[in-house]
Amino acid sequence: MNTDITENNSGPLIHVAPSPHVYSTQLTTRNMMRDVLISLVPVMLAALYYFRWLAVKQLFICVVSCLVAEAVFTRLRGRAISLKDLSAAVTGIILALSLPATAPWYVGVIGSTAAMGIGKMVFGGLGMNIFNPAMVGRAFVMIAFSGLLAASGYVAGGGVDIISQATPLTIYKQSGMVTPLPALILGKVNGSLGETSALACLIGGLFLCLRRTASWELSAGVLVGASIIGGVANVLNISNPWSVVHHLNSGALLFGAFFIATDPVTSPLTPRGKWIFGLGVGAFLMVFRLFSGYPEGLMFAVLLMNAVTPLLNRWTIPRPFGGA
Amino acid sequence: MAWFRQKYKDNIDPHAFPGNGTFAHGIHPPQCKDLAADSPIEIMPIPDKVVLPLLQHIGGPCAPVVKPKQTVRAGDLVGMGEAYVSASLHTPISGDVLKMAVTTLANGRHMQAIVIRSNGEQRTGQALWDIMFGGKWPQKEYQTLSPEEINAAIHDAGIVGLGGAAFPTHVKIDSDDRKPIEILMVNGCECEPYLTTDYRLMVEAPDAIVAGTMLAARAVRAKKAYIGIENNKLEAVESLRRAASGAGVKIAVVKTKYPQGSEKHLIKGVLGKEVPLGGLPSDIGVAMTNVATVTSVARGVMRNIPLTHRVVSVTGGGIVQPKNLLVPLGISMGALIAYCGGLRKTAARIIAGGPMMGFAFTNPDTPVTKGTSGITVLTHEEIRRVEQTVCVRCGRCVDVCPMNLVPTKIAMASRQNDFTLARKYNINACFECGSCAYICPAGLPLVQLIRTGKAQIAGAGR
Repeated sequence: MNTDITENNSGPLIHVAPSPHVYSTQLTTRNMMRDVLISLVPVMLAALYYFRWLAVKQLFICVVSCLVAEAVFTRLRGRAISLKDLSAAVTGIILALSLPATAPWYVGVIGSTAAMGIGKMVFGGLGMNIFNPAMVGRAFVMIAFSGLLAASGYVAGGGVDIISQATPLTIYKQSGMVTPLPALILGKVNGSLGETSALACLIGGLFLCLRRTASWELSAGVLVGASIIGGVANVLNISNPWSVVHHLNSGALLFGAFFIATDPVTSPLTPRGKWIFGLGVGAFLMVFRLFSGYPEGLMFAVLLMNAVTPLLNRWTIPRPFGGA
Repeated sequence: MAWFRQKYKDNIDPHAFPGNGTFAHGIHPPQCKDLAADSPIEIMPIPDKVVLPLLQHIGGPCAPVVKPKQTVRAGDLVGMGEAYVSASLHTPISGDVLKMAVTTLANGRHMQAIVIRSNGEQRTGQALWDIMFGGKWPQKEYQTLSPEEINAAIHDAGIVGLGGAAFPTHVKIDSDDRKPIEILMVNGCECEPYLTTDYRLMVEAPDAIVAGTMLAARAVRAKKAYIGIENNKLEAVESLRRAASGAGVKIAVVKTKYPQGSEKHLIKGVLGKEVPLGGLPSDIGVAMTNVATVTSVARGVMRNIPLTHRVVSVTGGGIVQPKNLLVPLGISMGALIAYCGGLRKTAARIIAGGPMMGFAFTNPDTPVTKGTSGITVLTHEEIRRVEQTVCVRCGRCVDVCPMNLVPTKIAMASRQNDFTLARKYNINACFECGSCAYICPAGLPLVQLIRTGKAQIAGAGR
């Protein structure tokens, strides 16, 4: 496309190209993925602090498996290997952080392969997938190994204290006992690796939103949606004494609001669409928590809203400047 | 901006959102105006010859009225704008008419051109500046002119919009009883990075701008006249404020943001009104022109001098000595670049206009036309862009689009030739400002794709 027009060999080489001729170079796909990795640091630190070597093992297995799976699948499709866009690493970390510490190694490997293969590559790779790859991977292993990923799967003996008891949402569902808020906020409870510390999720999430790498409308939508349904449930006495504040600080709600619902590829493009998507995730999540057999509903809520994202994009075409 | 409002309150209409008026979305590219902003306008020496394309404006080309070997004097009519949407052409230099030639404009269009060889018998230097911009601009003596008389003078002077689009001014200003004009808006935003021609004119020739604004307001029977300026040009604000005191022209200061100088977005910033989609400013009673254009209106009406020269910024990191030059139309771009010390070794792209919407060209013989607002020479570093990936649907383009469109959807629909979908996403509302492509983290050629789609739709409609 570029044309060499130098009049004589001594002059500079002049190109032509269509406008615009200047670009913002700070913002790249890779930098956005790097931001996500940075924002996940507090969450990973909390996981390492509470789950010790179990967290190390799970993160290592999932990241390596995702990178290998991406490399293999891109190779099969005859495309250039795309590991340096860091998106496979992000999927690996998010998948690992959404698994229980106790899940055996093959759960991570199979989950990662499903995430990259079924979640991403069959649709055409980065940017083309409809469903959040990490959640596809997690759904796959949850169905394949239902025992290992059900509420009971989280409990095990061994060197780490907090995995000796059930997750707060399960304890409440089974015995009505309410975990105190400070434990939920700091994360000294059982759960999937990344979800236990509300504080760590909040720190990382705020960083993402402030950098505008995550759209704040998505996170805010989830929080508002969950608060509304949770608040109504409180008023109607459906889930007391587990209050809406407990709901917001427990389970995968904050982790999902900041790191899963905010996946740009699988969420809407328009501000109005983003709000609807977030509200939908928050509301469905609460409905699942309150009325389903599962203690947690984030994964299904995100996958459900992913499915309607193309529709949301079409329904929320913004009013153009000067339009009626 | 409180201090600002205080300082300029006597000239600023309280309804004009002083200093704060703007539009939603937009971008903040590096302005890079300091390269040439402080260089006073220099008078370009007379070239050996000028090449005057018959089409330098939007509309029909003008018809040549001179023959080869004929001798012409500076200011003589050489091309007659016969169609309604057309503009006449006058020679900036005295000399002999040579054989007609075909030249290539910066936008790639081939066009017949009148070539004139100079005999050196015309004003230049300070004398040229004085008749163009200097001296007094006594508005009082012209208050008896009727709108028709003013418009006839504008028509005869071959004036077109000098902001870049080069739409014939007499058409814009022509009164239409169905669309009465309330407000004349003069654009002094110059939101394109690098360019400083309008800024220099506002600083150096404020009296001509105010006089031209008053005449143009009379011509359109406007009740109010505003000059809109971005708040990064305070020296221009101060200069115009002084010139406008008592004249009834309001100086409206708006936020510095690209593309604030788009006519629809300046109107939004100053008046808070939106021009309807697919409509024109006249639909809401506004006529729009530019600060450089009104100086030629003043000159044409008050001094009977046609549009033969314009101010051009020669700037960018690839130019040895960035300058603002008053140049005759038809001079070669290469002569301007040479006058500014030539290209640096790092130069990579030569643009007619600014970096956001200008046309890249390579032929140094390309002539300066009425619409040439600048020559921006960018270096490899300045045109560096991010590596292209697929769209990750981050929505940044949606966040910056001043027309509130979904650029990535329109671009992808265009790429797949799905023009129904592209239309549904209002493809024709796009004015190709380039904000989406500027911000895109995936480095996608969004504007190029949208432009292709628009061209295909326009082609299919014919």
